[in-house]
Amino acid sequence: MRPIAWRLATVADLVSETARARTLVLDVPGWPGHRAGQHVDVRLTAEDGYQAQRSYSIASAPEDARVVLTVERLDDGEVSPYLTDELRVGDRLELRGPIGGYFVWDVAIGGPLLLVGGGSGIVPLMAMLRHRAAALGSAEADARHHIPARLLYSSRRWDEVIYRDELARLVEDDPTLEVTLTLTREPPRGWTGFRRRIDRMMLAEVAWPPAERPKVFVCGPTLLVEAVAAAFVELGHDPARVKTERFGPTGGPA
Amino acid sequence: MDHGIRAANERIAAGESVGDALRLDGNAAAGILSELFVPDLTAARATCAGCGATRAVGALLVYAHGMGTVVRCPSCDAVVLCVTRTATQVWLDPTGVRRIMIAAAALPA
Amino acid sequence: MTSPFSRGFRGRPRSAAAAGRLPPGQYETRDFPVLSAGPTPRVSLEAWDFSLRGPGGQTARWTWDEFQALPREPVTADIHCVTKWSKLGTLWEGVSVDTLLAEAAARGVKPAPYVLAGCDGGYTTNLPLADVTGGKAWVALSYGGEPLAPEHGGPARLLVPHLYFWKSAKWVRQLHFQERDQPGFWESHGYHNYGDPWREQRYAGDE
Repeated sequence: MRPIAWRLATVADLVSETARARTLVLDVPGWPGHRAGQHVDVRLTAEDGYQAQRSYSIASAPEDARVVLTVERLDDGEVSPYLTDELRVGDRLELRGPIGGYFVWDVAIGGPLLLVGGGSGIVPLMAMLRHRAAALGSAEADARHHIPARLLYSSRRWDEVIYRDELARLVEDDPTLEVTLTLTREPPRGWTGFRRRIDRMMLAEVAWPPAERPKVFVCGPTLLVEAVAAAFVELGHDPARVKTERFGPTGGPA
Repeated sequence: MDHGIRAANERIAAGESVGDALRLDGNAAAGILSELFVPDLTAARATCAGCGATRAVGALLVYAHGMGTVVRCPSCDAVVLCVTRTATQVWLDPTGVRRIMIAAAALPA
Repeated sequence: MTSPFSRGFRGRPRSAAAAGRLPPGQYETRDFPVLSAGPTPRVSLEAWDFSLRGPGGQTARWTWDEFQALPREPVTADIHCVTKWSKLGTLWEGVSVDTLLAEAAARGVKPAPYVLAGCDGGYTTNLPLADVTGGKAWVALSYGGEPLAPEHGGPARLLVPHLYFWKSAKWVRQLHFQERDQPGFWESHGYHNYGDPWREQRYAGDE
């Protein structure tokens, strides 16, 4: 089946990530495989035939046999509250994909890999980091040093950091991976990290200089993505090497 | 990326507009384009017929809220592609594209 | 393939009732969704002007200050978007197109059977003269008691509530009266040339 054909997936597992974000583990018969950064379209049909369709980035690495999505509930959303609150294990979900060939990364593309995300923009970036860990984890120790990775991730609060524990474990196991968080609302007591929206100064501190020619991926709310992409260009990075994926007005503020 | 068209949760900084916060990019057009074209178009490069700028389709700006998918050039804001879906047809207006360049490796074997 | 039902999915509340105030296929919303085909134009009020142009090229033009001096009227209207949401009882304030035509006539601008509305950002839409006269159309300057916000078409938009709302062109700057009907942006991309919600004229080819 071509990727664009609609398929029926079954919900195999549901994992709560944060108060607003839930991971959906899906069994998709005949799934052709995907690349980190791609997304799926999900279509819901009500009993009167009304349909709603949304796109969700794939969170799982291509090495994973399952298709994993992480959805953040938008309070006035039409689809996300259904996926985060109503959906049950065993339910079926219509989806198509994988979709997208621009905002993708795999180890063959190389590094250094620089990822910048806000809110639910972390999802496709996590697929890239999971792929990197799976592809390079068992390779010779050298491989990881050739493709170092840095993630700068903006969230409102400590308890809204999606994949927080897994990111900590990845960093612990891999000295070639650096993760920097910035919390824009109330940071926890004793927080010594960044506590503001991502800006050019923060990027200059965290990012490799343009001379290193990092592959840059920026994902999250539109205004964050545009501000960060503009800042990278101001810092001297080649615009062609800064790839963006805008999630619209939602997905968490910068 | 729930394409909510309500911006209630987003803090808009001075000078920005709710409308601008709704703007997406070529990734958002990937779905409809993959219904019409076999290879993925978002990685392909497109030349704007308005100003001649060439970029990956994924790097173009997309306005997609219900009536259609309007793909615009970030350099000059001209409409590069417009895709609309009526009850019985899909209309693709390609007049804003001078050419599209697809890597041979992206074509089906 | 018919899609299977998604257990427990209801979607946005879709009341088809509202006692005959909703055209076929529409549902009522309390929000005011923002739909755009392009970036929100920004124009300073000093640079803004509005013009009516006749078929012979005669033009009547108003600066912002001159436009502010024109008589305005309140408008309460149900509005219907082709994407199926309707908003009932919306409150606007604007200058009637009848008023504009009367003022323009004094300056030698004669109307013609068809209108093409032109807007900042390049958006266009077309209407018959009969649908912008006789108290059916305004250039709206405020919504809900406030100056019209940019994302909803401010500083001024066309308001023609009896047709699908894509005809109520945002960021309107010019009404060009022409002998020939010229399809506007959405009308050239598959949408109906006229757009009567009560006859559900959404797409080209709909009766």
